[in-house]
Amino acid sequence: MPAKATGAGAMSSSATIEVPAPRRSVIPGGTLYRGNEGMWSWVLHRITGVAIYFFLLVHILDTALVRVSPEAYNAVIGAYKTPIMGLGEVALVGAIGFHALNGLRIILIDFWGVGTRHQKAMFYIVLVVWLVLMIGFTPRHLMNVFGG
Amino acid sequence: MTSNIALDAPRSPSARTKRGVNWEKWGWIYMRVSGVALVALIFGHLFVNLFLGDGVSQIDFAFVAGKLSDPFWQWYDFFLLWLALIHGTNGMRTIINDYVATASVRRILQGALLSSTVVLLVLGTLVIFTFDPCPAGADPELVASFCADIL
Repeated sequence: MPAKATGAGAMSSSATIEVPAPRRSVIPGGTLYRGNEGMWSWVLHRITGVAIYFFLLVHILDTALVRVSPEAYNAVIGAYKTPIMGLGEVALVGAIGFHALNGLRIILIDFWGVGTRHQKAMFYIVLVVWLVLMIGFTPRHLMNVFGG
Repeated sequence: MTSNIALDAPRSPSARTKRGVNWEKWGWIYMRVSGVALVALIFGHLFVNLFLGDGVSQIDFAFVAGKLSDPFWQWYDFFLLWLALIHGTNGMRTIINDYVATASVRRILQGALLSSTVVLLVLGTLVIFTFDPCPAGADPELVASFCADIL
């Protein structure tokens, strides 16, 4: 770029140059996707999505055992009733709940006229609704798993 | 001091010029339409299987047989299977496209993804519609109570 090249020539010919102080590094504005709520909702949506996908593969295969024999199905479903898997089911339901609620948020960002303007607020609404659902589900589920 | 820098011509506008079906657009629409349906379907699935009754500890062969002997739950599970697995497959396709830069590796992963999805859709659909809740010779203790009238 010619402007830069002549600028470099001018710098060598004069002794002092006023240079504005460099601006503090800030996360660029005007983006939904970098930093803060927009980015973290995206990261969580990906991670929960991949986790749910791999569970779905296993879940289709274990349910397919109903076609083999009652004994085969009961053996594999017994694994879902152990304490460790019981805690895993809390994580699974939590992942599904976040992915579902944040998915609805994404749809509102895409189709609701003022969706982008409210994306941060909607992220916190997602977190609050998710927390309410998990408070409703987790104690009851843990009683079913650990209550005998 | 002047310098001659060769610059590429400005890019042509990114208007879509390819003919035919815009599959990426339909994939984008599918994720949103199936997503809304899946919120309802999976919420119902979790509510009936994990929340009502004794939750996870009630699930056994007889419980599943009781559900899958009812056409309502057969079609419920059918739509759950197809909508969820295709939704998940399209999401994984997006992730492979985002992170795998080597064309040959990408093709292998996309091929593995597509074939596992086809196999699981066929397997799951066959299981839902060819399922016998009262298999001949099964232990009467393990099957649904209504089997006593049939066996």
